Amino acid sequence: MEQKTNINAQEGKQELIITRAFDLPVELVYKAYTEAEFITQWMGTNVLKLENKSHGSYEFETSHEGNVMFKANGTIHKLISNQEIVRTFEMENMAIGVQLEFLNFEKITEDKSKLTIQIIYKSEKHRAEQLKLPFAYGLNMAHDKLEEILKPII
Amino acid sequence: MKLRRDVFQAISDPTRRAIISLVALQALTPTAIAENFDYSRQTISKHIQILTECEILEQEQKGREIYYHLNPIGMKEIADFIEPFRIMWDDRFNRLEAVMKSRIHEHKK
Repeated sequence: MEQKTNINAQEGKQELIITRAFDLPVELVYKAYTEAEFITQWMGTNVLKLENKSHGSYEFETSHEGNVMFKANGTIHKLISNQEIVRTFEMENMAIGVQLEFLNFEKITEDKSKLTIQIIYKSEKHRAEQLKLPFAYGLNMAHDKLEEILKPII
Repeated sequence: MKLRRDVFQAISDPTRRAIISLVALQALTPTAIAENFDYSRQTISKHIQILTECEILEQEQKGREIYYHLNPIGMKEIADFIEPFRIMWDDRFNRLEAVMKSRIHEHKK
């Protein structure tokens, strides 16, 4: 079965390309990125600020049991409804640094769409820090799935 | 592809995955790593040895202590280093899809 989410990280480059096929109209995928209510629901983060305009900025904060676990911020450079977002993104206190993101929203059919995110890092080393992230955070959560994938190979 | 199989073996074990998670955050001595587990120091040493042989962990001598840190370059050579990252995004996007789908259903009600 073809995977819905793909990551392309070419050797020697300082960029990542993430693609995802959605069973959703493109308008809803765009909404999921531009309306605080939805960002909170799918990213599990509080939206402190979100200015959807050129040169606007945004701030996210995730708390767990009263402690701030994660803070992120960025500047929106350009927005075209249901088509494109160009923005910076930075996770505070992380070795990954500021990244530049180009999000492209594509309509496939009335209720299918595709999202392509090109992320550019300061260097290849900064990109490697990003790829390390799930090992630090999400791996335990994802390990059952990882096992499913690994089992047939081992 | 001996290396490849070894790396899969390395990350197929939950204890070794937990070690990777710990060392991903900061370089640690074997003692500091072992303190996080109920297993014997010897068991943990064995896991560390396997991870080092697979070039997932790297040793670094600092004074009298040996520190272990994650070797992102070694891991990067394996395409599957990306797999946990892909799963993380896949989970996230699945959530996005579910949230927005429930939105459609609400509208249709």
